[in-house]
Amino acid sequence: MVVKILDVVIAGLLLGGLYALIAMGLSLQYGVARVLNISHGEFIMLGALITWFLYKAFGVNPLVSLAICGPVTFIIGFLLYRTLFTRLRTSSVSIGAYEGSSMLASFGLLFIIQNVALIVWGSEIKGYTYLAFPVNVGGALFAANRLVALAFAVFIGLVFYLFLVRTRLGKAIRAAAQDAATAGLMGVNINQVLALCFGFGALMAGFAGLLISMCYPVHAAMGLEYTIITIIVVVLGGLGSIPGSFIGGFILGLIGSIVTYLEPGLSLAAYYVIFMLLLLVKPTGILGK
Amino acid sequence: MRILEGKGVTKHFGGLAAISNVDFYVDQGEIVGLIGPNGAGKTTLFNLISAALPLNSGVIRFKGEKITGLKPHRICRAGVARTFQSVKVFGNMPVLGNVLLGSLFGTSIGMSSADATKEAIESLEFVGLSAVSATLAKDLTLANQKRLEVAKALATKPELLLLDELVAGLNATETAQAMELVTKIRDRGITILVIEHVMKAIMSICDRIMVLHHGEKIAEGTPKEITNNQTVIEVYLGK
Amino acid sequence: MDLTTVTSKRLLFLGLLFLVFILLAFLPLYGSVYTVILVTAIFMYIILTVSWVIFSGPTGYISLAPAAFFGVGIYTSAVLGKVLPLPIVICIGALASFCLALLVGALTLRLRGIYFSIFTFGLVLLIQQLLLWYEVRITHTRGRFVIVVNNTTIYYVMLGILVILLLAAYLIRRSKYGLALQSIGEDEEAAAHIGINVTVLKTIIFAVSAIFTGAAGAIMATRWTYIDPYIAFNPLFSFLPVLMAIFGGMGQFYGPIIGAAIFAYLEEVLLTRFPYYYMLIFGIILVVAILYLPDGLVGLVQKWRKGGSARQHADT
Repeated sequence: MVVKILDVVIAGLLLGGLYALIAMGLSLQYGVARVLNISHGEFIMLGALITWFLYKAFGVNPLVSLAICGPVTFIIGFLLYRTLFTRLRTSSVSIGAYEGSSMLASFGLLFIIQNVALIVWGSEIKGYTYLAFPVNVGGALFAANRLVALAFAVFIGLVFYLFLVRTRLGKAIRAAAQDAATAGLMGVNINQVLALCFGFGALMAGFAGLLISMCYPVHAAMGLEYTIITIIVVVLGGLGSIPGSFIGGFILGLIGSIVTYLEPGLSLAAYYVIFMLLLLVKPTGILGK
Repeated sequence: MRILEGKGVTKHFGGLAAISNVDFYVDQGEIVGLIGPNGAGKTTLFNLISAALPLNSGVIRFKGEKITGLKPHRICRAGVARTFQSVKVFGNMPVLGNVLLGSLFGTSIGMSSADATKEAIESLEFVGLSAVSATLAKDLTLANQKRLEVAKALATKPELLLLDELVAGLNATETAQAMELVTKIRDRGITILVIEHVMKAIMSICDRIMVLHHGEKIAEGTPKEITNNQTVIEVYLGK
Repeated sequence: MDLTTVTSKRLLFLGLLFLVFILLAFLPLYGSVYTVILVTAIFMYIILTVSWVIFSGPTGYISLAPAAFFGVGIYTSAVLGKVLPLPIVICIGALASFCLALLVGALTLRLRGIYFSIFTFGLVLLIQQLLLWYEVRITHTRGRFVIVVNNTTIYYVMLGILVILLLAAYLIRRSKYGLALQSIGEDEEAAAHIGINVTVLKTIIFAVSAIFTGAAGAIMATRWTYIDPYIAFNPLFSFLPVLMAIFGGMGQFYGPIIGAAIFAYLEEVLLTRFPYYYMLIFGIILVVAILYLPDGLVGLVQKWRKGGSARQHADT
């Protein structure tokens, strides 16, 4: 009995760690750069498929791929912001209009990225095995790769948190999150900071994709579900709150694990129930303003 | 009769009290002024009356009936109309369309489309905008946009009109015209509550004045009483 | 322009419209089977796009739900098609979509537009997964077979839905509710303060727009002989109306129709030959349109014409 509960709880933490990582990335993009990037999941997919490809084609160790996936997704995100979203921001009449048009533009990106992946890699489900041996944690057995994924997710999250709090750039990002206009007036190169935020968001998605590919099968259309779940996490944590996304990710991960244990296949439905409750009671989320 | 009455009205934003336990009233037929330094809470009070923002505590009554908790469109239909400090006209619609919405949706009893159009045209005539009825609202001058704000509000056939900084940004001639319009509105039998910064304008037309400071009512009385009130003088000239 | 020119222009326009309608009404009699199927598909996309524009156009609330309503219509057909006559099935599909939209609207339209967009975005995947779970766990079957209906019937049903939709869209746009919707898009707070019950109006119009999408789904389902949740609930059907409306231009009534017709034709032609490439290109076109064609194709043409007549007048 206790083992069963531990099983579910740890599985929840594993899932939650992934969700938290992905959600912090989206929170950076929406909270700071004000882009509700519904192609976020596609960056996860890119990270996953690039890792799979490198492993299958060249035998590159997935953990080493971190050094490849990260920069690739970061650069794509950064360039996209510098070209597409910056241009959109200057031509929008209001923040509200910008939020709408940037979301639609990211909708277009979703189809672009997904179909590029489909053309390059095809639509079949792919997977590889890496660190798949079981590890005993308190009587329950877990695949080593999932524990490694959790460890990395938490590690990356912590590094990111320290970066936000301790470094100059991190402080600039937090300032921009509070009030982009004022931050700009105070000498922060706002366009650069926003582009970096967007890039970092894409980077975290890419990393998450890599970690996911170590544990689960992947395919070119896997992104959409992650995007939806991530958005729910971000709403749960509070639109615009990065710590909120971190906490929200773990909450949803635990709920997902419990629901999957009781009735597999209903986890998204459970998340939507949470979503609906939020909308009815506190749309601003746990830590939202 | 007290057409508008508020008791213990309070509104917080986070830890900050924007309006603190304010009691107020407006008698039918009056023109009451609401003044105070920037940030005193004047527009917040309007937002609470029109339900643009919810109250934290207290009660507001219109014609004796509680209006706290109602949605803005219900309060409008009940007979309370307002203008906004940052002129909120519907920019991409023609002037007539702007006002037509008021006569179609904002009155207490519904009107046919033909009647509503007649009312809207009349409203435009009353404020002096008949010449530009087909112009898009965003292409009007500021003074005309402010007239349009008023016309929109009047089209809803209010008994009480809340005017928020009507003359801000207007030159001397336009200000005088605006004050004339306010008197005309009162002559129609509509009670008026005005927020203003321009002292000359407000002192000349108001029957009574309320002074807010840091969310509290610090003085109330006739224009003469207010100009001679020590606290008010300190608040405006001191600090 | 004097009155006679205006009147004769209007008559000419109405005459053309009538001619087009006659041509379409008799198409199955003189056109090939391929043409009938192609035009049916074009009807489908026009229906999806115009019904999307009814609500999302004036209010600026971006709905990503068309795929969900379309899927609900498809599944209604799949479930009830064998036990109830076709007209009833279509009505139930429309009704089911209407109810779903009412629910979604009541939940989300009291809040900022972003919540509405997010909720509708995930809706298609949510329903897909719920149905999958239901089929796997409860009924132990995957997918269903749909009744077969001949192409001419499908064509006429779609034409009927399209005509009713265009009438409804036109009437709403010209009515006081159309004006109110526009004011909500311009300044929702001011609209509420002028006496418009914004939440109720938004919810009802959103639900009305869903009716046509659901009905179209119910009849189009008969084109696929086998339906499962993956086939019925496809995010592409939320993407295409958005693309077509934005590309066509939402300022004028006929903008979305033109956008839909162009892309519908392109899609049907490219679908079998370059399945992923055409979606990629459509994605690029959407991004380009958002960046450079804010008023769509129609807006662009209008600008050219205005530029031309301005040059003419400048010369006098």
